[in-house]
Amino acid sequence: MRPHRNLVRSYAQDLRLFGSPMAKVGLVVMLATLLVLPTVVQDDFWLSVLIYSGITAIGAVGLNLLTGYTGQISLGHAFFIGAGAYAAAVFGGDLGLPLPLWLLAAAAVGALLGGLIGPFALRLRGHYLAIVTLGLIFIGEHIWRNLRDVTGGNNGTSVGAQATLGPVDLGALKLAGETYSRNQGYFWLVWGLVAIVALLAKNLVRTRPGRALRAVRDHDQAAEVIGVRAGRYKIGAFMVSSAIAAVAGALFGSYQQHVSPDDWTLLLSIQYIAIIIVGGLGTVFGSILGAIFVGALPALIDEYSSAIPGVATEAGGDGFISVFALNQAIFGLLIVLFLVFEPRGLAGIWFRVKAYFKAWPFSY
Amino acid sequence: MTTFLTNVFAGLALGSTYALVALGFVVIYKSTGVINFAQGGLLALGAYLGYTFSNNLVIAFGFAILLACVAAAIVGASVERMVLRRMVGQPPFAVIMITIGLLFVLEPLITAIWGFDNLPVRNPWNIQTVQIGQLVLGVRDLWTIGITAAVVIGFFLFFRYSRMGLAMRATAFDPEAALAQGISARRVYATSWAIAAALAALAGITLAAGPGGLQPSISSIALAAFPAMILGGLDSPAGAVLGGVIIGLAEALTRGYQDQLFSWAGDNVSVIVPYVLMILILLIRPYGLLGTKDVRRI
Repeated sequence: MRPHRNLVRSYAQDLRLFGSPMAKVGLVVMLATLLVLPTVVQDDFWLSVLIYSGITAIGAVGLNLLTGYTGQISLGHAFFIGAGAYAAAVFGGDLGLPLPLWLLAAAAVGALLGGLIGPFALRLRGHYLAIVTLGLIFIGEHIWRNLRDVTGGNNGTSVGAQATLGPVDLGALKLAGETYSRNQGYFWLVWGLVAIVALLAKNLVRTRPGRALRAVRDHDQAAEVIGVRAGRYKIGAFMVSSAIAAVAGALFGSYQQHVSPDDWTLLLSIQYIAIIIVGGLGTVFGSILGAIFVGALPALIDEYSSAIPGVATEAGGDGFISVFALNQAIFGLLIVLFLVFEPRGLAGIWFRVKAYFKAWPFSY
Repeated sequence: MTTFLTNVFAGLALGSTYALVALGFVVIYKSTGVINFAQGGLLALGAYLGYTFSNNLVIAFGFAILLACVAAAIVGASVERMVLRRMVGQPPFAVIMITIGLLFVLEPLITAIWGFDNLPVRNPWNIQTVQIGQLVLGVRDLWTIGITAAVVIGFFLFFRYSRMGLAMRATAFDPEAALAQGISARRVYATSWAIAAALAALAGITLAAGPGGLQPSISSIALAAFPAMILGGLDSPAGAVLGGVIIGLAEALTRGYQDQLFSWAGDNVSVIVPYVLMILILLIRPYGLLGTKDVRRI
C-alpha cells in the first residue's frame, strides 16, 4: 500500500522544493503564464505596471531574507537599490558591458556596500539598527546629490544599460519573424529574474544557512550557543540582501533609463517594508505576492487618480489629497491594518486557505 | 568669535527643539519599550493646531501653545489606546512598523486639512532680535531655549517627585512588579504617550514660529531627533537632552562653517551631521552616552 502523498516520512522529504505534485503543476502553470502573458496583454501601461511589480518583487525577496528570515530591521533598503541603479549606469551605460555583466557588477557593488554596513548589525540590535539604517538613507541621499560624476547630482543621470544578451536585444526582440516591444522584452527579462532570484532565495532558506538565519532571528545568542556563527550570518544576510536589492535597482534604472536621488527616499524603503509585511514576513512566496499588490498600487493610483474622488491630479488642482500623499497614506494604512489584523500577511491567508482545503471535508 | 557665538546660540536653539522631541521618544521608550516614529506626525499636528488656534481662532499665542499641547496630548493618548495597546507583547519590529504606518497616515491627513502652503504663524516673537554686545540673538530662539529649559526641569521634577512619575519609573523598571503594586499600566502608557505628544507639539510650535514658517516638511525634524536620542542612550531622559544639545550644536556649527571647512563634503553637509555623529558614537558606545547596556539572557 502506498502512503498518502502528503505524508512526510523523512527530513529530506520535508525539505523538498515541491512538497506535492500539485506544487509542480502550479509551477508549470505559473511559468507558462509568464511566457504567454506579454503576448496576450500588449498594452504598454499594464505591462509597465507588471514590470515595476517584478522589479519590486526582486528587491522585496532581498529585504525579506534580511528582515523576515534573519530578523534584522533595515530601513536602508532604498540606499542599496539606488547604488544598484548607479552601478548599472556606470557598468552598463558608460562601460557598455552586456546585460549579465552589469547585473553581476551591480550585485557585487550591492554586496560590497552590504558588507560594509553589516558589521554595524553585529553591535546594534532591534531599535538601534532601525535608526542607524534610517541614517543610511539620509547619508546616501547626500552622497547621491553630491557625487556628481557618477549620479549627476540633483538632476539625476541617464542609465544607458542595455538589455542585450549577445546578439539578442531584449529591448527590441526579434524572434522567428515576430518583433516584440521593449515592454514585452523587459517583462520576460524581469520576471525571469524574479523566478531565478526566488529559486536562489528558496534554496538558501531551506538549507543549512537558512536554518542558521532563522536561529539568529529567534535569538542570536542562543544561536551562538548551538554553534551558529551569528555574526557571520548577519553580515552574510546583509550582503545577500543588498546584492539582490542592487540587482533590482539596476533593472529599475535600465528600464526607466533615468534615475535621480529623489527615487531613493525613505518612502521607497517603507514601500518595501509594507510589501514584505503585506506579503508575509519570512516567506519568499509572500514577498512576490506582496510586490504584485503593493508594487502595482502607485501606478494604478496614478493612472486612475481622476476617477478617485477627492484626489488632486496635479499641483493646485481640485481635491484635498495629492496622489503622492494618497500613496503614502495607503502604505501606512496597509502596514497598520496588516500588522494588527493579519500579521502573517497574504501568504498567511493563502496557507490557511490551502490547509483548509487540504483536509477538507475534515478541516476544523 | 562673534560668528562662533552666533552659531553656538543657533545650535542651542536647534538643540532645544531636538531635546524636546528626543525627550518624548525616551518617555515612550522607557515606559512601553516602543520607539515612536510617529512623533514627527504628532509634532506637525501640534504645530498646525497651534496655527489654527493662534491665527484662525485668534487666541493669545501663549494660550494657543498650551491648547495645542493639550490637544496633541489627547491625540497621542488616543492613538496609544486605539492602536498601540493592541500591539503589547508583539516583537519590536511589528511595533516600530506600526508607528511608521501611523506617521504615514498622519502626514497626508495634515496636508489634506491644512494644505501644502507655507503658513505664517501669528506670534509675538516674529523676527525681533536682542543685541548683547556684538551678538544679535533672535527673540524666538531665546524663548525656545527658555521654554525648553523650564519644561525639562519641570519634567525631571515630575518624574522624580510626583506619584505618576514614580508609577512611570516603576513600570519602566519592571512592568509586572509595578502591576502587582497596584499601578495601572494602562494609565502609565497613556500618560507617557500624552506627555510625548505634548512635548512634540511644543517643539513643533516653537519651530513654526521661526523664520521658516509652517509647512508639512516640519515633521522631518523629528527624524533628525532620532540621532539625539540614540546619542544620549535610548532609556535616559538626561541623555536625550544632552544628545539634543550636542546634535543641535554640531549641526549649527557645521552649517556656520560650511564654506570654510566643509566645502569638500558637498552642499548642506549639516543635514547629515546628526546621522554621522550618531554612527560614530555608536561605534564607541553602542548604548549611547548615558544609556544602560541591556543584559540579555538566553
